[in-house]
Amino acid sequence: MKRQYAGTDPLAGDFYTRQFEKDRGEHTLVVNMGPQHPSTHGVLRIVIEIDGEYILRADPVLGYLHRMQEKMGEVQTWGQYIPNMGRVDYGHPLAWNWAYVGAVEKLMGIQVPERAEYIRVITCELNRLTSHLLWWGAYILDLGAFTPIMYSFDDREMLLDILQRPTASRLTYGYFRVGGVRKDLDDRCIEMIKAFIPRFRSRLPMYKDLVTDNIILRKRVEDIGIIDRDMCRRYGCSGPVLRGAGEPYDLRRCEPYSIYDRFDFEIPTEETACSAGRYLVRMAEMEQSLRIIEQAVEGLAHAEGGHIMPKAPKPSMKPPKGEAYFAVEGARGKVGVYAVSEGKKVPYRIKLRSPSYSNLHAFAEAAQGTLLADAVATLGSLDLIIPEIDR
Amino acid sequence: MMNAIDVHMLIRLIIAVVAAMAWVGINALVLVYCERKFAGHIQRRPGPFEVGPHGILQPLADGLKLMGKQLFRPAGADAFLFWLAPMLSLLPVLLLFLPIPYGPMLTAMNVSLGILLILAFSSLNVLALLLAGWSSNNKWGILGAARAVSQSVAYEIPLLLSVLAVTFMTGSFNLSAISTSQGAWPWQWNLMAQPLAFFIYLVSAFGETNRAPFDLAEAESELTAGFHTEYSSMGFGLFFMAEYAYMVVVCSVCTVLFLGGFRGPVADGWWWFLAKTYALLFLMIWVRWTYPRVRFDQLLNINWKWLLPLAVFNLLATAFVMKL
Amino acid sequence: MSAFRQNVIQPIIDLWSLIVGLKVTGKCFSQKLITVHYPRETIEDEDLDTYGGHVELVGKPKDPATPKCISCMMCVTNCPSRCLKVVKAKAPKLTAEQQEALAEAKARGEKVKKPRAPKTPQKFIYDYSLCSLCATCIENCPVHSLRFSHTMYWATTSREELKLDLLARLRRQARRKPRPAAKES
Repeated sequence: MKRQYAGTDPLAGDFYTRQFEKDRGEHTLVVNMGPQHPSTHGVLRIVIEIDGEYILRADPVLGYLHRMQEKMGEVQTWGQYIPNMGRVDYGHPLAWNWAYVGAVEKLMGIQVPERAEYIRVITCELNRLTSHLLWWGAYILDLGAFTPIMYSFDDREMLLDILQRPTASRLTYGYFRVGGVRKDLDDRCIEMIKAFIPRFRSRLPMYKDLVTDNIILRKRVEDIGIIDRDMCRRYGCSGPVLRGAGEPYDLRRCEPYSIYDRFDFEIPTEETACSAGRYLVRMAEMEQSLRIIEQAVEGLAHAEGGHIMPKAPKPSMKPPKGEAYFAVEGARGKVGVYAVSEGKKVPYRIKLRSPSYSNLHAFAEAAQGTLLADAVATLGSLDLIIPEIDR
Repeated sequence: MMNAIDVHMLIRLIIAVVAAMAWVGINALVLVYCERKFAGHIQRRPGPFEVGPHGILQPLADGLKLMGKQLFRPAGADAFLFWLAPMLSLLPVLLLFLPIPYGPMLTAMNVSLGILLILAFSSLNVLALLLAGWSSNNKWGILGAARAVSQSVAYEIPLLLSVLAVTFMTGSFNLSAISTSQGAWPWQWNLMAQPLAFFIYLVSAFGETNRAPFDLAEAESELTAGFHTEYSSMGFGLFFMAEYAYMVVVCSVCTVLFLGGFRGPVADGWWWFLAKTYALLFLMIWVRWTYPRVRFDQLLNINWKWLLPLAVFNLLATAFVMKL
Repeated sequence: MSAFRQNVIQPIIDLWSLIVGLKVTGKCFSQKLITVHYPRETIEDEDLDTYGGHVELVGKPKDPATPKCISCMMCVTNCPSRCLKVVKAKAPKLTAEQQEALAEAKARGEKVKKPRAPKTPQKFIYDYSLCSLCATCIENCPVHSLRFSHTMYWATTSREELKLDLLARLRRQARRKPRPAAKES
């Protein structure tokens, strides 16, 4: 007996496929991109209806990597929740660290020492570089070139070596503490950062020659996956997606938290609103991050205070009753943590606002009418981290 | 009744086919090793290193692993066509090696229409890819097959036209004759007279052999693995071998047509042929590990809007010049 | 003119970008390799010193085989992954004669001092398979008796092997070396 394709067989496919099949047109094909597809980076699943190679509809299906991060916040003490923040987004964990710690500090009314602020800025920006390098390599890999990811990991490993010194880990950092950071940057670390900046500056032209200027890549990403300001507004996109649409919205500049108002850096934007725009924004952001790090390392030398405030709260702290929201600019966009305290050891509620979740949903609209290969180019340009979407 | 010449020919043919089989096998092993080593060094890592000195036995180990795997056929696949496809992909390759002149005397069969034979039988590969994609009852497979067919059909035309330009010059379809018509030194090769044809041939060759940046039929980031998504074990192995065999054929023909074949400075011989062929193969590998993949409509645009008009122009110009 | 530019010059510039790409990869091809052949070569110890491997106990400076630990259970209560298990040492059992002597002393109205339990824990079990290496235990240890080891090359074939008896490990380390940090588990 031959099995029938989903659509004619009422029992074929799962719930999402069956729902999706209901509106299927004639002579079209419904395919599942993911959850085990090479270009969805993990377990994102997208159901798409294609006519030939043209995408008619797309629908992301989430939840394959749901780990109940928010619920975990309700059963652990305030301090015990910090390691979770390293695991929400493995690309840029320090932004999540910062958002959570910032929310708790807001609740408790804590002023962080100046030195700690500088260390936070330096490590967070270094981490942003690792995140962008990871994205860059993986995106080009999606587009079919294998080599660039190796070059970007060459640089990324150096960054991880630097970040390993204070944080003692290489990927899922739980480095920030309420009232400061866990460990001070030592002299060797500063030295390594100072050596890394010129090296990385000299590598950027190579990236440009190999990939950015390559005609094949340009033709693949230009005018593909248009997500304009209006769409960004409707879906709540942030980060490079929004800046790629020409809106210079960056929390570091618009709602300066910590000491970002002391640094001189630009907010790169692109008017094109396409994949190429988002690509170029990220490439330019790397240079700006280097600028911030340079200035911060200089400022760190004569910053006051220690790496953590004296008498920093213990993990079993009890923030006063109330609620606080703290948002920082992550590599993917606005990373926000909303914390509600009832004055107990355990938070009442932790809400995580992840940028990838909002950015992903613009994909369904942006992908309509494009080719299958463009869907991959669009999806990659959003820089999705799947654990962050499902949380 | 068979007469003596027929028997002689038959034996010669059998030996040639067996030799071609061995040649395909050896080439696949060597090329897989070279490709992985080359890719490794481009990416500044050593590549295979563990099996044998400098990983030299790695392709052999890979082959054994492939053979040891389970042959798996998905439910709902057309069993006959499913298994026919990989064989159909590899078998015509053996014929393609027959008319290629490796050296002044080293030709399996001196066919007067050698280049046409190669072009005709290499087209069979498309059929294999189509069958593989269609029979495996997989949506990605079908998409891959559709891509493979339109791509191969499209790129055959400029390939043929660029070959024709050379045959116009030499007035022969015989590959040995084309080789001997060129001189020993690089400026005496057809490359100098036909640079445009060489360029068109090279680009079309990437398209014909489904090599990156034109590897759309098996674009793993889009179609998981394209037409061979569902193949395991030696089913996949045969496709893999066929791909490398086609690369060798395409580069060999290119060597004969444009780079003087076995002719070379100091002494003619198979060594020059091998060196040139492998230089072209390395170029293919180098290109693969450098560029991203083009999009499907761009691929066809390059062909129909650029290569084809250029090839026609080149052919007409050649004919005009030859007539003068 | 612009049509000429667009249709003839632009494609040539575009093709040139491909040659540039080949140049970049070609240059990298001729450069030195940057990877480490793991089993034969390892990375420098300096890079490992900051690596946070699993948690280990710190011995007393004078007696490296005994941990500084005072069995206060701060690490156990604060661990988000619940991967530590500390068993406090029990007070030494009194023999019958000692008990009698104690009772007599009590009867005499003297101040009686029962033998106290030693502070050093009896058992210190650590389950690496659960640990998230967050350093919460290390920071909250009042006597700094915990630290990250620098064990990087550790692989096992079963989950059971990931359960470490840190006391036994500390004794092993003390026997082996006077150096502060060991490299293997």
